[in-house]
Amino acid sequence: MLRRRINLLFGGDEKRVDSRTIYVGHRPCPATEAFIPPKFCDNRIVSSKYTIWNFLPKNLFEQFRRIANFYFLIIFLVQVIVDTPTSPVTSGLPLFFVITVTAIKQGYEDWLRHKADYEVNKYPVIVLEDGRSIRKESEKIKVGDIVEVVEDETFPCDLILLQSTRDDDTCFVTTASLDGESNHKTHYTVPDTEKDLQSLNATIECEQPQPDLYKFVGRMHIYKTDQEPAVRSLGPENLLLKGATLKNTKKIYGVAVYTGMETKMALNYQGKSQKRSAVEKSINAFLLVYLCILISKAVVCTTLKYVWQSQDGQDEPWYNEKTQKEKDTYVYLKMFTDFLSFMVLFNFIIPVSMYVTVEMQKFLGSFFITWDKDFFDPEIQEGALVNTSDLNEELGQVEYVFTDKTGTLTQNNMEYIECCIDGFQYRNSDSMSELDGFCVTDGPVSKLQQKAGRDKEELFLRALCLCHTVQVKEAGPDEIDSDQVDGLVSELSQPDEQRGFIASSPDEVALVKGAMKHGFTFLGLENKSMKIRNRENNVELYDLLHVLNFDPVRRRMSVIVRSKSGETLLFCKGADSSIFPRVRQEEVDRIRMHVERNATEGYRTLCVAYKQLSPEEFAVADAGLRDARLALQDREEKLMAVYNQVETSMSLIGATAVEDRLQEEAAETMEALQGAGMKVWVLTGDKMETAKSTCYACRLFQRGTELLELTVRTLEDGGRKREERLHELLLDYHKKAVQDAPPVKAGVTRSWSTANQEYGFIVDGATLSLVMNPSPDTNSSRYKSLFLQICQNCTAVLCCRMAPLQKAQIVKMVKNSKGSPITLSIGDGANDVSMILEAHVGIGIKGKEGRQAVRNSDYAIPKLKHLKKLLLAHGHLYYVRIAHLVQYFFYKNLCFILPQFLYQFFCGYSQQPLYDAAYLTMYNICFTSMPILAFSLLEQHIAIEYLLDNATLYREIAKNAMLKWGPFLYWTVLGIFQGLLFFFGVKYLFSNPALQDNGQVFGNWSYGTIVFTVLVFTVTLKLALDTRHWTWINHFVIWGSLAFYVFFSFFWGGIIWPFLKQQRLYFVFANMLSSVSAWLVIILLILLSLLPDILLMVFRKPRGPHARQLSEGSLLQTARSLPSPRCPTSI
Amino acid sequence: MMASSYTAKEEDGHHSGSAAAGGPGSSKSKKPDNTAFKQQRLPAWQPILTAGTVLPAFFVIGLIFIPIGIGLFVTSNNIREFEIDYTGVDTNSPCNRCSQTYSWNISCTCSVPFSLEQPFESNVFMYYGLSNFYQNHRRYVKSRDDSQLNGDKSSLTNPSKECEPYRISEKKPIAPCGAIANSLFNDTLELYYIYPNGSRTLIPLVKKGIAWWTDKHVKFRNPPGNNDNLTITFQDTTKPVNWHKPVYELDPNDPDNNGFINEDFIVWMRTAALPTFRKLYRIIQKNKDNMTPTLPRGNYSLEIAYNYPVRSFDGRKRMILSTISWMGGKNPFLGIAYITVGSVCFFLGVVLLIIHHKYGNRNNNADIPN
Repeated sequence: MLRRRINLLFGGDEKRVDSRTIYVGHRPCPATEAFIPPKFCDNRIVSSKYTIWNFLPKNLFEQFRRIANFYFLIIFLVQVIVDTPTSPVTSGLPLFFVITVTAIKQGYEDWLRHKADYEVNKYPVIVLEDGRSIRKESEKIKVGDIVEVVEDETFPCDLILLQSTRDDDTCFVTTASLDGESNHKTHYTVPDTEKDLQSLNATIECEQPQPDLYKFVGRMHIYKTDQEPAVRSLGPENLLLKGATLKNTKKIYGVAVYTGMETKMALNYQGKSQKRSAVEKSINAFLLVYLCILISKAVVCTTLKYVWQSQDGQDEPWYNEKTQKEKDTYVYLKMFTDFLSFMVLFNFIIPVSMYVTVEMQKFLGSFFITWDKDFFDPEIQEGALVNTSDLNEELGQVEYVFTDKTGTLTQNNMEYIECCIDGFQYRNSDSMSELDGFCVTDGPVSKLQQKAGRDKEELFLRALCLCHTVQVKEAGPDEIDSDQVDGLVSELSQPDEQRGFIASSPDEVALVKGAMKHGFTFLGLENKSMKIRNRENNVELYDLLHVLNFDPVRRRMSVIVRSKSGETLLFCKGADSSIFPRVRQEEVDRIRMHVERNATEGYRTLCVAYKQLSPEEFAVADAGLRDARLALQDREEKLMAVYNQVETSMSLIGATAVEDRLQEEAAETMEALQGAGMKVWVLTGDKMETAKSTCYACRLFQRGTELLELTVRTLEDGGRKREERLHELLLDYHKKAVQDAPPVKAGVTRSWSTANQEYGFIVDGATLSLVMNPSPDTNSSRYKSLFLQICQNCTAVLCCRMAPLQKAQIVKMVKNSKGSPITLSIGDGANDVSMILEAHVGIGIKGKEGRQAVRNSDYAIPKLKHLKKLLLAHGHLYYVRIAHLVQYFFYKNLCFILPQFLYQFFCGYSQQPLYDAAYLTMYNICFTSMPILAFSLLEQHIAIEYLLDNATLYREIAKNAMLKWGPFLYWTVLGIFQGLLFFFGVKYLFSNPALQDNGQVFGNWSYGTIVFTVLVFTVTLKLALDTRHWTWINHFVIWGSLAFYVFFSFFWGGIIWPFLKQQRLYFVFANMLSSVSAWLVIILLILLSLLPDILLMVFRKPRGPHARQLSEGSLLQTARSLPSPRCPTSI
Repeated sequence: MMASSYTAKEEDGHHSGSAAAGGPGSSKSKKPDNTAFKQQRLPAWQPILTAGTVLPAFFVIGLIFIPIGIGLFVTSNNIREFEIDYTGVDTNSPCNRCSQTYSWNISCTCSVPFSLEQPFESNVFMYYGLSNFYQNHRRYVKSRDDSQLNGDKSSLTNPSKECEPYRISEKKPIAPCGAIANSLFNDTLELYYIYPNGSRTLIPLVKKGIAWWTDKHVKFRNPPGNNDNLTITFQDTTKPVNWHKPVYELDPNDPDNNGFINEDFIVWMRTAALPTFRKLYRIIQKNKDNMTPTLPRGNYSLEIAYNYPVRSFDGRKRMILSTISWMGGKNPFLGIAYITVGSVCFFLGVVLLIIHHKYGNRNNNADIPN
């Protein structure tokens, strides 16, 4: 949307031009005839929606686009135009209230955005102008300005790097806030530009802004007075993106190419798609029912009115003649306006204020998550973060949990455990103590020197020291400590390791540190040569010739280095599956055992291989790499081809094992989630063995769990075609898990007892893509549904080797399956963003892999263990609260308006309101709104501790249990019952309207006031009955509301109001209170209306902390043996 | 949606420095306050309604309601009430002629004899009742001008639009305007006691104290001006179409009961809740000596100046004599309802007790909180 707007705003005049020309430093260039300063947008970021001027019309327009608001507007307009029973004020005031509250809220949010924009836009930057550094506000930067940025600052706009203080004309950048990658990336200055930026005379020609972060094509023309203009090509490595942060570089200069809303970051900014909760859908369904009730009421009344009027003398008795205007009105038009009038009279049945209350409840309620100190993590000094409050109640409805493994289930805090060199195991004895539980079974643990040959050891350790992209943090120990917050480096606090390492993946740091423990220390990269200190404390230098970067497809990375002795070596490390095919087979067997054992123990394993390159080989590789790097088209593919070509026929030297520890309380959390009836799926990119052992460690798989594997390995077992085998396996598993399993009822009743055989399902990415996108000749959809059915019948599913997109695919598949279960995704990395966005509820962990997941999530928590409380306590309570809120709102409006409907039968269908206009207006705003709001914020029908201890309680609200039609019917019936009771109770009382002890009679307004008094007291006391958790706030609002009602009624009836046309309620309330009969009937009716609820409460199974002994006891029996109606509120 | 759609913009800022970017809450990175409210740990009373706690309530309700109900029922039964329909629908009823030859201009009188089987002690209230008369019709209810009735000068000469079509008559504003005032009940009822010897005596009827005190003294006011001569006050207005006499002649003998503050008028202006209603007409004060009943057993005659037509809309007119108790007029409903509800509660209590005793006695100690 933003992009579209930009196109609208800026695209217009530049539509035809596909490149822009930028004059560096705004200096005219000799080559161009006329220097026309081109017009670009300024560097202002506008994320706000409104300005002061357009706020009112724009906001109103947007608000009335909501169907509910529009409906109320229509009602209001009908009241203004047509002669209706109630004054426009009665519906106009609540609507005005709603609109104002929403407008204030949106205005406030926009003000915050304005403020953020302002801060960004006014941020001081230094711009070089005519040789001087000038401080400017960020928004004043124009395209072509030369901007200075110092370390740890973010770039104010997209810059082409011209100059860096680093000697090698590079600078380091992290783009964590853009794409979540927290490693340092190297960017290069434009080659061969002059050092003196003042005299630089150049233009840059580049493409128009486009959102792809990794693409940039441009050319720089450098003009020198005495030479032909030089042309340099510019690529993404020259472009510094707005939002990225300068690291490890003192200062850089760059020329602004894209500014403001044209920066890549702004173009990438997109509002998250609105997620709607299941509760909202229920509300809309109920609304429809009530709309039907409303319309049918109006139709019934209109019809009866004309039937009744057709009788003699009823239409226009002599005492009640019509006005001339009425007589003149065409009969069908009159019918229509009558219909509208009835609609208006009964429209209170659809509560305007419910929307406001629901929104307020969600907004205010979400604060309890941010406030919860249990979510506070002392390590990162942060608590939970709520990005959307719309989904609070959805947290109580989760059926499927999709979790990432690395960084979510595990800490992503890598620790080097052991290595295996040439088939011999080396374990770091220091760390033994921390490794209790993981015992080493084969080979004695011993000193490094006693095993493989010394040469092999040193080769291996050198390989570890060289084959990585780790950078040494060039800073003193103090700064290192402070920079730990970035989460890039771990364990710096250990005094003996003062060296800080920065790497894109924590594995690499762990390995370098592992090598350090064995005596080889990586000292850093200087001038393209890597320094390592060997065991003898000698410094060895290696020229770094090439880095063959890691990518998830190859799953390995390599470096090509040249030692001082002139040897050219290639070191490669990577996943076993990607290394083994590329090394000699006889070496593999020795190491494979270790790798597999390590994997089953839950370690991350990497294999290390090397290869000596002959000068010829190197020349070929070097040329190939250079060519590929310079290629303008298909650069990636070409590079890949060269990589694959170089990384062959290596020799395997060893393997490493790195432990990724489980998150705190990961197993307890998973157990609780499963106990709560959620199915946990682990989606990971890691290899199967590692993931499987993590699952066992998290107790997702238990000893008794039968594992159904559907991986490449099992597919290739039979030696037949994969498709055939897949077909066979799927059918087999389906039979096992679905058909033979005892029939289980959906969700709630799914037994968690151990009697049933539990199944765990394992699938890998390759097989999944076979299932999801099979070759066209097979019956594809069948596979998918078979697969889904198997998955749904397993307690835990493990999907390994998944690409990010496949994660989302899985989530989507489950989300759209039958019954559309509520899904929750939890992850910490950029690779989890797709599934976080896809799931109903996305949870981000404030982990180490950048902030991307947190930013895209709906809720962010510091640790996995917090998920338990978030779902079991907060989610449960929120759901119960909002479900009760919704039901209660419909109920209280039903019994509010039903007497009014019934009254029509006794007033000649004349749309005479039963209640005074003030009561009609105030009922939902003042008299009954606060108690339910307080209830919906504070209610704890079960104590939080108890909820946490008893995960199974979560099952009771599964599948939207409190907003199903059953409970809805209960509330509706209750509302109807009470409405009937109110009306007819008072009607029988009024069979003799002489209710005072002085013989005086009551009129119609007294009638309405008595009904209304009963109504207000009943609905408030009904809520009081439902309240299980009485804080002083509940007491205050409940009794306060009632007191306010009484006070208001006295006040409203106590004065002749000069602005009112009719003094209908003058002393009506006071007179009512002077009548004993009125008192008695009010007490009677309140009690009678509440009787069903009290009865139900008695038969209800008691809950809460007090119910601990009761719940298992025989009272359960009592409840069962009685013909007890299922009470929907009995949560 | 409300919480923080603006947080997404946080990363735009250069201000975020190096570390600790994040939401607005976390940018301050403070540990959440450990207050009871924020941690949802406010001290709370957690009532549990179990069979054990509710059972006594049922018995208590039953024990309270049944006596009240009996009291109400007895009180209601002790109230004497006599009702007579004088509409004259029946051809041989005395008012049949009047009800047929109805015309606004001709006053017709008829007399309905009746006899009271039992004497009426203490004050007796005389009501007139109308049936099928929709005083609660919306068009009717709103057809009044309360500020005119409150004595507002400008409203007197310029009544509210709501009074249409009873607002202007003969180019003069109507006072009091509107359909309610226009249809003021104008039958005159007189009550005679017929002695066994045939002679009869008029029973004195008090016409004060029939309207709400606040209505009579605050809500209804005559326009300011010469209070003794309302004729002048109302000189620019005209009488409602259906009235025989202007408003200032409603009770010419008593200036305190004339004009807008005429109590019959005020009573009529309080619109009834249901199409069948009664309104207080007169009060028969109990005898001073307190020895003889107010209305002794015997024969009476109701003399009616039959002005008010109801047969056109199938209406009925009644005259009701009733004594009044502390609970108002006769109405067995309340007593029966209280007795019923009380019994039901009591019954439920017994049933619950049996159930509770039979199945739940092992849990008796469970009500003790842990």
